[in-house]
Amino acid sequence: MDQFVTYTVFGVVLAAIYAIAASGLVVTYTTSGIFNFAHGAVGMLGAFAYWQFHVKWGWPTLLSIAVVLLVIAPLIGVFVERVVMRGLQGVSEVTKVVVTIALLFTLIQVAPVIWSPKGSYSVQPFFGAAKIDLAGAGVTYHQLIVIGVAIVVAAGLRALLYGTRLGIGMRAVVDNRMLAELNGARPDRMSAFSWILGSALAALAGILIAERIGLETVALTFLVVNAYAAAVVGRLTSLTRTYVGALLLGLGQAYAQGYLPDNPTWFAERNLDIRSLSLAIPVIMLFVVLLLIPHARLRAHGIVRSRELIPRPTYRWSLVGFGVLIGVVSLLSGALSGEDTLIWSQGLCFGIIMLSLVPLTGYGGQISLAQMSFAGLGAYAIATWGGGGNPLGVVLAVLLAAAAGILVALPALRLRGIYLALATLAFAYVMEKVVFNQRALFPTTSKPVDRLWGLESNRAYLIFLAVVFSLVGFGIVWLRRSKFGRRLQAMKDSPAACATLGLNLTVTKLQVFILSAGIAGLGGALFAGANRAAATDSFSAVQNLPVLLMAVAGGIAMVSGALTGGLLLASFSLATRSIPTLELFGVDAKSFFENLFRLAPGLIGITLGRDPNGLVAMVSDKVKRLWERRLQHRGTRDLPVPATRWQQLVEPVWAVESMGVDTPFVPEEIARIDERLALDEEEVRAGVFA
Amino acid sequence: MNPAAGSTGRGTAITETVPLLELRGVKASYGRIEVLHGIDLVVPEGSVVALLGPNGAGKTTTLNVCAGLHKPIAGAVYIAGRRMNGVAPDALARVGVCTIPEGRGIFPNLTVRENLQMMTFAGVSMQEVEAVAYERFPRLAERRNQLAGTMSGGEQQMLAMARGLATEPALLLLDELSMGLAPIIVEELYGIVAQIAAEGVSILVVEQFARTVLGVADLAAIMLQGRIVEVGPPSELEAGLSSAYLGG
Repeated sequence: MDQFVTYTVFGVVLAAIYAIAASGLVVTYTTSGIFNFAHGAVGMLGAFAYWQFHVKWGWPTLLSIAVVLLVIAPLIGVFVERVVMRGLQGVSEVTKVVVTIALLFTLIQVAPVIWSPKGSYSVQPFFGAAKIDLAGAGVTYHQLIVIGVAIVVAAGLRALLYGTRLGIGMRAVVDNRMLAELNGARPDRMSAFSWILGSALAALAGILIAERIGLETVALTFLVVNAYAAAVVGRLTSLTRTYVGALLLGLGQAYAQGYLPDNPTWFAERNLDIRSLSLAIPVIMLFVVLLLIPHARLRAHGIVRSRELIPRPTYRWSLVGFGVLIGVVSLLSGALSGEDTLIWSQGLCFGIIMLSLVPLTGYGGQISLAQMSFAGLGAYAIATWGGGGNPLGVVLAVLLAAAAGILVALPALRLRGIYLALATLAFAYVMEKVVFNQRALFPTTSKPVDRLWGLESNRAYLIFLAVVFSLVGFGIVWLRRSKFGRRLQAMKDSPAACATLGLNLTVTKLQVFILSAGIAGLGGALFAGANRAAATDSFSAVQNLPVLLMAVAGGIAMVSGALTGGLLLASFSLATRSIPTLELFGVDAKSFFENLFRLAPGLIGITLGRDPNGLVAMVSDKVKRLWERRLQHRGTRDLPVPATRWQQLVEPVWAVESMGVDTPFVPEEIARIDERLALDEEEVRAGVFA
Repeated sequence: MNPAAGSTGRGTAITETVPLLELRGVKASYGRIEVLHGIDLVVPEGSVVALLGPNGAGKTTTLNVCAGLHKPIAGAVYIAGRRMNGVAPDALARVGVCTIPEGRGIFPNLTVRENLQMMTFAGVSMQEVEAVAYERFPRLAERRNQLAGTMSGGEQQMLAMARGLATEPALLLLDELSMGLAPIIVEELYGIVAQIAAEGVSILVVEQFARTVLGVADLAAIMLQGRIVEVGPPSELEAGLSSAYLGG
């Protein structure tokens, strides 16, 4: 009985912390429409800042908390709102998710720069170990305070959001930002306030939980991620249901830790450990809840009006591009050192894994944060069955990953947008914590891998990767131009319109998920081949972040974008390695640049809100404009020469594009149209004030 | 464009009154495509001006320019003699420009009472808002704790119109008031428009079809393809309306 009370109290305390964190998440989501994946990371920063003030500098507890909650957290909130989120109007949900993931990634990388990972950090519970007796079990003051704070937060938020004009205004801004402005409200101030509030709640949760789990960057960040499960129970909008979710989660975790038996012999004999399942309880709950919540209805006004444009690739230019890629790789690879060759090989493998996102996310609009987990399965397959360079290993890598794809897709079929992103992240987390750490699968954290067909030379392997990238890339170009590609595009643009046309989106989603997982599995197998080892830490849940970020940064809907993303990742690690030791103005410049390159994927991701079409589109758009200007300058805007039959075959849209239909009307043209419509400008003007 | 054209060419019947809203040579574009090619329009103080025209003529864009929702690329918007180009819509709302946008100008996920509370941002007290709204529309009082999005279309539009009444604006901009509503409700709504006008509020109303508006308007303008093609008293314009819609 005592034990039960202890576990229950422990569960309620956990629930209280999750509830505080989750309510912060709900506040920012309901008032800005943006689901902040970086919420946990803000909590982590808050906890570290508290440590800095209280432990390092010896400030009193209350003062330290007040400074964190009233100064540091609001500053982070305002920074996030002003710099990151304000550019996010009129972009798709994918971009919104990616930008907050970029922020998460950046914050995870920033913390170790300020608080060196070599140091040891810990905070004590409030009032030390002082406790009161409750039904025979000891409850610490700290635990009582946590529960009390959660109750105060709940009451305060309810009063704010439903009882004050500010709170009503915050909710109104989500409903209809423009109308709120027309009412005279100041939406910018309101969203800034909600980000401040959200940050403060995240920081509060971080401080309260730090004494239990210690100050470790990734652990703290992902622990608050558990709060997502609670927030999802409230469908990201209801505070009451969020608290219920937090309670279920906290108690579930406490009882599981308390009562789950030791690993049964049957499992132990087979090198399997089911105790790790308890680590995954929040994630499993998240997955289950996502499946149970009623399916959001397709919106009738489902056309996404966004700034994002997806170019339709042409066979001719794709073939030219792939030819150039293979040619350049063949030529340059001779001049590279062995180690550099390896890094570029990894870059191409990342490129192939990012290719898996092109049909799924770029064309189909489905977000996945589990591609590296599929890649990990591919790596496992080649390590297990690809001995001696047996191609069967690669085939099985694709099949195994594709099979896992079905596993994720089946429940994910009902989900869209952030829910899908959350479900796939949950899957990635389970793969890392429960699957990849089983000794039956990976006896140590790394498993040796033989390269396909015994391609021992690094140069040969690099060229081979370029060829594989080109083949897969061409397949994706073909896919985009096929009926299936059009269906994917239509699904992204307007699911409602698809449904009215009689398209079966379920099958389409399933197909694209399987295809995407298969490609990721192939990429993972080749990646393991490049390294000659399948190392589990390459496929952890966090590794999914830079992959998605760089794919989107390059251009998520383009094969060239995936290549750019992969090569950028490689160039960052190359650049990090090649910085010489130097000091500038007494500062260690080497570590500064190393940190900068580590931050790069996050920083690039954050800027996406400004130009969501990606780097490749940005550059090619600039080039195109320069080219057009040059043509206009020379006065050669003649009608196009009739296309030959071959040109029509490979590039039927070329003729229409060249006619300048996408350029605006010039005054002469408007005058001509007016004349045709018998609208004389003088008459028009005279008519107005006649 | 001669900036004086707007003021010198105004109709003789209204030259003596001060224009509360005046557009001079306003041009606006979406991206690189120009949709308003120089709009000159005047709403004299205390009068109702109807802006009519077919789909895509640029009526809503014109209204959005007046409301501060769309920045013109050329020309100027004057409200009570002050140049208002680029002034934010929330600032305009606080100085007395009330815009009721196309569709239902309400927050569907807030209750009726919370919707009314949003009106207080324009600078009136909640007591005043509630007094005016509930007196004019008793049905809203019955439904004060209901989510606004769950009411009928007519009730929603009444809630939207309550803002025009309660915030005591100087200028009321109405977009497609009749959209999707039964004729009898449209008549009732225009009754309210007339009542607001009688209190001295200047009104610019955009409509596509409803002739009801002509009964209320002092002046009507017809827009076609981003230009105003005809202006005059409603009685004179009524005959020309159908040809305007046919593009002739």
